[in-house]
Amino acid sequence: MKNKGQVMTGAEIFFECLKKEKVEHIFGFPGGSVLKLYEQLYDIDFLQHILVRHEQGAVHAAEGYAKASGKTGVVLVTSGPGATNTVTGIADAYMDSVPIVVFTGQVPSHLIGNDAFQEADMMGITRPITKHNFLVRSVEELAITIKKAFYIASSGRPGPVVVDLPKDVINSKCEFVYPDNMEIRGYKPTIKGHSHQIKKAAEAISKAKRPLLYVGGGVIMSGGSQELALFARENKLPVVMTLQGLGAFPGTDDLSLGMLGMHGTYWANQAVDNCDVLVSLGARFDDRVTGNCETFAKNAFKIHADIDPTCIDKNVIVDIPIVGDVKHILAELAVEMPKPPDIKDWWSQIYEWKDECPMQYEDNDGRLRTEYVIEKLSEKTNGNAVIVTDVGQHQMWTAQYYKYNFPRSNITSGGLGTMGFSVPASIGVSFAVKDRPIISISGDGGFQMNIQELITAAAYKVPVKFIIINNSFLGMVRQWQEMFHGEKYSFTDLSASNPDFVKVGEAFGIESFSTDSPKDVDSLLDKALSINDRPVLIEFKVVKDDLVFPMVPSGGSISEMMVKRINSKRMTLL
Amino acid sequence: MKHTISVLVENHFGAFDRIATMFSGKGFNLTSISIGETEIPDISRMTVVTEGDNQILDQIVKQLDRLIDTIKVIDLTSAYHVERELALIKVSMQKATMEQIKNITDIFRGTIVDITNNSMTIEITGPPDKIDATVNVLMPFGIMEMARSGIVALTRGEQIKKNNKEKIKKNNKSQIIKETK
Repeated sequence: MKNKGQVMTGAEIFFECLKKEKVEHIFGFPGGSVLKLYEQLYDIDFLQHILVRHEQGAVHAAEGYAKASGKTGVVLVTSGPGATNTVTGIADAYMDSVPIVVFTGQVPSHLIGNDAFQEADMMGITRPITKHNFLVRSVEELAITIKKAFYIASSGRPGPVVVDLPKDVINSKCEFVYPDNMEIRGYKPTIKGHSHQIKKAAEAISKAKRPLLYVGGGVIMSGGSQELALFARENKLPVVMTLQGLGAFPGTDDLSLGMLGMHGTYWANQAVDNCDVLVSLGARFDDRVTGNCETFAKNAFKIHADIDPTCIDKNVIVDIPIVGDVKHILAELAVEMPKPPDIKDWWSQIYEWKDECPMQYEDNDGRLRTEYVIEKLSEKTNGNAVIVTDVGQHQMWTAQYYKYNFPRSNITSGGLGTMGFSVPASIGVSFAVKDRPIISISGDGGFQMNIQELITAAAYKVPVKFIIINNSFLGMVRQWQEMFHGEKYSFTDLSASNPDFVKVGEAFGIESFSTDSPKDVDSLLDKALSINDRPVLIEFKVVKDDLVFPMVPSGGSISEMMVKRINSKRMTLL
Repeated sequence: MKHTISVLVENHFGAFDRIATMFSGKGFNLTSISIGETEIPDISRMTVVTEGDNQILDQIVKQLDRLIDTIKVIDLTSAYHVERELALIKVSMQKATMEQIKNITDIFRGTIVDITNNSMTIEITGPPDKIDATVNVLMPFGIMEMARSGIVALTRGEQIKKNNKEKIKKNNKSQIIKETK
């Protein structure tokens, strides 16, 4: 390969930079403005380019790749429609703090602003949904910009970075020097938490009567799962997790109370409501977690550790803020603890709640239910699979019933709630994870939103198990219609229009199965788990009108939590 | 409560836009915003006037700080500082009112920068409440057009951070070197 200081084209520089950043996979789709890059790519062997069928799929795939591996996902698309198609994915990555760098082609510099063919103002469009974005204005700026982009995307609170590449920049030449380091004077993430604050927090936890750890995705991103496990176990602290936090702490551990929030477990939410010291670790007090901010953990002394200072005091005012990397903070907290808190009574209270209202579903009418499928899946994979869910009822059921044992196993669109996430994201995961089963779970609605990526799955023979939870409805919307909108099932019934998913799978060249009987679940899952060299699709036709419980209504308090449906019109309030 | 926030930003493409987008995207109130050069060539100073309670202000400062292009964010409100605004006010004028308008301009230490048979343009500088007062007094004569610059502000005395001072020194030095060359 070429040496430092050599004159190269922008396209050559581009790939040299990716090489320096140790990029092994890029997800993309070619087009007019990036032809020169694809010309260069033709002869490149140090990375694999994965051709998707729609640019949104490329971004979700990069997200899945990044979430599963911890590395930065890379996307390459053309200008105009290619670039605007990435927008949903970028917004998704922004909400869930996923490190990705999206390279978008752009019309030649002199045509920018001229309404040129396939021109879109990507700087303007993506400004509010990126951590940062760059327009590379000359080939001399290219290398340093790429270096900055990767640094910004992956450091601090991770997030998406867009790099807009005008065609002339890629085509022109300059001397290539990859900077060893660079300084961004306006960007210096705080890594080490303030020792004094940590000490105060440790004292508060050790004096607590009813402490609770509230764990978010930040723990997984910082790689702090081990530190968390040590800290929680040494002090016997109960752990509740957010949707993105699932996997940060083993779901099978006795200390785990499962997920909190809108569809969290009864005992997790009761614990939040009644705790006296709440320790938030890498979580952001999202409205799906807090419900009514006024009543959220109302009597608790609140400690909030997060790397992003804007998360602190945004929704809920806290008593001890600690800005820094959660992994470091947890390690220091463990050292600073004067003694473990005395919380036997607190634990017996939690067990009481657990007995009072355990997670349960109807399973005696012989009809197939999502909860059963997920429970079986959890059993068969020992919580060891990478589960990529879409958005909706199946996502919540998976969060409730799948016992994630490892970090980076739960990959889902949380913040933005993007239907159509799972199929492409699971394909991205398959390029990062080689030794564990990868399972994509979608509803029948979301599955059709990026259905075109099945061809990508088939073309690259990715060993993903595509599970469709088909209730012939946009289930979560239907649930809200039933509960809050007078049972007016407006445009959520897909039963008449859904395709035959087995035929769809087969058309894409994917072995496909379907069942509506609980009896077949075992054998079908076994079959799918035994296929490891190609994708496989299973459609589970489940009960149409099941609701996800428990449920705290949007903006409500824990006291308004509903745990089951009595009849179609009334819910039990506890 | 009104707050004046001083923001040092990278003097490059899009930095201004990022700040404006952040305000609109987060639903923060933006009363005025002004931007201009500083003593350091590649840094601009933006003076933002905004409104909100303490929690909102805390968020505004943090959100500004979070932007990659912002180098330093200071809420000047609680610090000793000087605020100035400039306004150009075009007032309609007849022979009979000319002397009156001129007197008012003098009282507010303004300057007449343009005059025609029917109008007079007054330049007035000062804290925003002084400009408000001037505008109120001139209103009855008929204000034809007005342009206000938005507030610019600086802390009083030498309340600048050490590293900033070093930057300034360095910058001055490099300028001196440039000049001698």
